[in-house]
Amino acid sequence: MVTEQASLKRNGVQDFVTLRATALIITLFSFYMAYFFIATPVITYDVWVSLFSGIFMKVFTFITLVAIMYHVKIGLWQVLTDYVKAPGLRATIQYVLNIIAFVYVVVGLFVLWGVK
Amino acid sequence: MKLNFSIYRYNPDVDNAPRMQDYALEVEEGQDMMVLDALIALKEQDPTLSFRRSCREGVCGSDGVNMNGKNGLACITPLSALGKGKIVVRPLPGLPVVRDLVVDMSQFYTQYEKIKPFLINDDKHPPAREHLQSPEERAKLDGLYECILCACCSTSCPSFWWNPDKFVGPAGLLHAYRFLIDSRDTATDARLNDLDDAFSVFRCHGIMNCVSVCPKGLNPTKAIGQIKSMLLQRAV
Repeated sequence: MVTEQASLKRNGVQDFVTLRATALIITLFSFYMAYFFIATPVITYDVWVSLFSGIFMKVFTFITLVAIMYHVKIGLWQVLTDYVKAPGLRATIQYVLNIIAFVYVVVGLFVLWGVK
Repeated sequence: MKLNFSIYRYNPDVDNAPRMQDYALEVEEGQDMMVLDALIALKEQDPTLSFRRSCREGVCGSDGVNMNGKNGLACITPLSALGKGKIVVRPLPGLPVVRDLVVDMSQFYTQYEKIKPFLINDDKHPPAREHLQSPEERAKLDGLYECILCACCSTSCPSFWWNPDKFVGPAGLLHAYRFLIDSRDTATDARLNDLDDAFSVFRCHGIMNCVSVCPKGLNPTKAIGQIKSMLLQRAV
């Protein structure tokens, strides 16, 4: 069973709002990218670089990466509390997954700002 | 006409593990009957077969079972609605089995108890005779008060399967909303405080299994959505 320390201290309303707010950002980014792929006849490396070289796209992508991190953090906590009942194992898996989600943001940040 | 059944059998005092047992029932050609009537007929063949029943007309909620993979009340589910093949009857999923189709509903009732399913009114000057409601106020209770606590909804909900000790479940939350919007109840804030955590309400992800199985045609997902809105409005 999920202990109170690992669960009830979380704020349900905050998680609910955060999940939806981040989902909105992820959806907008997905639509934007879908539009880009549809509207661009030939996608070359130069086209791809020019897309991410503007400050708008850098910031938009970075915000999306942060949104994905929070979305994943809450979503996986919900999945783990459903399926992993051993507190130690759940905490370990959650710790590792949270670090992976954070690493995605950091790597994404370096990649984005490396585009000239 | 021969009808074939496969029924979940388990007697923890005797059996090491649950098993499915096949039964056959002879009925007149073209005759239809409710699943409960068929179970009663099968019990005459095999008196050890156990199941709950009482009113046999969809009012008491005693005979909730899983029929061909879908929860429902055996007494108001006709055999014709279950197709032509073998009819598989299992106990309500997720709850401990007491014997055969009889489940231990303690977890379900514990969650129901948590939502304080009774009117709370701390008005210092109660009316001499009764708390009156306008027709509009009364109408808000429609679609909520009809729940008979058969547990078909809660036991079809994966969130309730995984966290039956923390997630109130669709039936409990339907009743919670019934008291939250009752104009005679004055404990709205206290009730919302009790539900304001990450599990009690927010573990519902809106998959609507509860709506699809409710034998009374109620919509627990909608009620849960209303509770989420109330919690949200209170927080912002």
